[in-house]
Amino acid sequence: MSAKPKIAFFDFTSCEGCQLTVIDALQTHLGLLDLVEIVQFREAMSEKGQNYQIAFVEGSCTRKSDEARLLAIREQASAVVALGACAHLGGVNSMKNRWPIENVQTYVYGQNGKDAYESYPARPISAVIKVDAVIPGCPIDRHEFLRVVQMMLQGRTPRLPDYPLCVECKLRENACLNTLGILCLGPITRAGCEAICPSYGDGCEGCRGWHPEANFDYMREILRGHGLSDHEIDARFTMFNHYQMEQMSGHAPLSEAVAPVTDTSLPTSSFAAPKED
Amino acid sequence: MPENIKVNVHHVTRVEGHGNIVVDVRDGTLEKCELQIVETPRFFEAMLRGRPYQQASHITSRICGICAVGHATASLRATERALQVQLSEQTKLLRRLAFHGEILDSHILHVYMLVAPDFLGVGSVIPLATSHPDIVKRALRMKKFSGDLCQTIVGRHTHPIAMTVGGFTHFATVQELVELRERAEALIADVDATVELFGTLPWPAFERETEFIALVQPDDYGLIDGKIGSSDGYELELDDYRQVTNERLAPHSTAKHAAFNRDSYMVGALARYNLKHQHLSPRAKAAAAHLGLSAPCYRPYLNSAAQVVEIVHCIDDVIQVLDTLIERGIEREDPAPVTLSPHARGVGACDVPRGILFHEYQIGEDGLIEEANCVIPTGQNLANIDRDMRALVPSILTEPEEQITLKLEMLVRAYDPCISCSTHFLNVEFTGK
Repeated sequence: MSAKPKIAFFDFTSCEGCQLTVIDALQTHLGLLDLVEIVQFREAMSEKGQNYQIAFVEGSCTRKSDEARLLAIREQASAVVALGACAHLGGVNSMKNRWPIENVQTYVYGQNGKDAYESYPARPISAVIKVDAVIPGCPIDRHEFLRVVQMMLQGRTPRLPDYPLCVECKLRENACLNTLGILCLGPITRAGCEAICPSYGDGCEGCRGWHPEANFDYMREILRGHGLSDHEIDARFTMFNHYQMEQMSGHAPLSEAVAPVTDTSLPTSSFAAPKED
Repeated sequence: MPENIKVNVHHVTRVEGHGNIVVDVRDGTLEKCELQIVETPRFFEAMLRGRPYQQASHITSRICGICAVGHATASLRATERALQVQLSEQTKLLRRLAFHGEILDSHILHVYMLVAPDFLGVGSVIPLATSHPDIVKRALRMKKFSGDLCQTIVGRHTHPIAMTVGGFTHFATVQELVELRERAEALIADVDATVELFGTLPWPAFERETEFIALVQPDDYGLIDGKIGSSDGYELELDDYRQVTNERLAPHSTAKHAAFNRDSYMVGALARYNLKHQHLSPRAKAAAAHLGLSAPCYRPYLNSAAQVVEIVHCIDDVIQVLDTLIERGIEREDPAPVTLSPHARGVGACDVPRGILFHEYQIGEDGLIEEANCVIPTGQNLANIDRDMRALVPSILTEPEEQITLKLEMLVRAYDPCISCSTHFLNVEFTGK
């Protein structure tokens, strides 16, 4: 019997990019394998051990059958870590929540195929089970992953920064993108990624979720100053945070703005759907 | 021959995404043989509707963690062709570097960490760290280079930051390119060792003739833009991609088939090798010969060998592109301008690690996306995987069940399926029951 803590990785609705980032973290920190025993990691190994203490969960809950799987993981694990924006926030998956589910099913799979796949509005895993720690981001930052694992192995509780991304951006001495005419959600977004996107010249899109004191009204003013319509502003706010915006406002953002696509009775041969004989 | 065999591999491991293999032999007859896709649907095409075109490449890169640069590139090309954007030479060269970074990263991950364990008799790469440390360290060195290449050009591999409609938001310095050039040169020993290693593996001999589809260009092994080439002798414009992919719901079945001239076709490294091997670098050609590849090759297990050949080619091409850029110098260009018009349509295509990928958008005069369609390589390969399995199973029925299972898993894995990409295909039921 090994005394090393056993950890396991699980994926729900996601691109699996966060687990790939974990594999990448091993490139520089192969020694991690001396500290923990990975008992389940479907993307990288065949073994499927059921005995684990820490569960890392990537992906959102997007169907009824996900709930039982999540509850079983919660039952077994002493600690559950949400890995990345899909698990933490609902992430990009929740963009579909602005339509009734039949609408998106019909658009992609057509009238004949719309019922072939089970799906419902995307939610963060914390909507289903208790989550002990979060590694935000789309994808996660590998250094933050290593830091959180280290803290958990030491029995400490990882904490997220509770200040805006702008703090880290200033520390990197970046020029403020919003003043250069480039849209950036840094003022409302939780720090912790060292402002990686603004450092590569592209505005923050909010993948780490909002910081606790986020001032949305002022952020809207900044974006209006860039010439954005309210619809375009909502599109920016909801790329990763549709679920949060809906929880905050009590209704689905963007739902009235684009009238034609809220229609659930799409023609049978829509743009993305397969041909039907 | 045993009378009854049941193989049921729930969630095939060491592939990206969730799939099940089901084989059912009753009274000596193959009743069922299928790769079931059980990945949750994601609805990216539906989600793009009503979004500003500037968001499309960052949203669609999230389709797949492994092919993030590929999806971003196809997405940008679709938007740029819809909005009549002319790219600078520098933009094309920089995109090519990021693209190669991803091909290298994905192929190295696949051949070393997902395929090699089968041949070395272990369940994952993890025990290899102890039993074959040199191999694992070499793979990690090569992966580190490809990741750093992406990072230098676009910020990171998953998900690229600095690629935008019409150009880039960040520019590597010439000094950074010079350093990458040195590291690429130093990596050639590892690349040669990779060819040596995979030259020793006993690839299963199974073969089945099929149609191969890849992007083709007149005198280049180009992976971005071009025409759609078929090994059956056809060449189509990108705008006509729907004639090739022909996604269709078959009657009395929920299966969605991609089929062009036959009932299935194959995309990916082996398809590219078969269609454009003459444009490989000289060292890549030598590697192909060493690995036992010669066109046309109908052995699907050798898709992994073709990936090794592309690792060689991409490193050579990276060095060449870096030389060009170092010679030209790097200019901090503004993104090329867009022209908005009503209901503008554009198709973007690139040959990502797993094969040809199409994005098509319709964008309104207000800059909002009206329609979107993405056709993913793995979706195109599914019908071909099924036909391979049905051809293979009768010839191995006398073997023990775990051997049959392993060979089927290895076959599925050889295609390097990327199932979470597949926002766009249905539950796969290949049997005609």
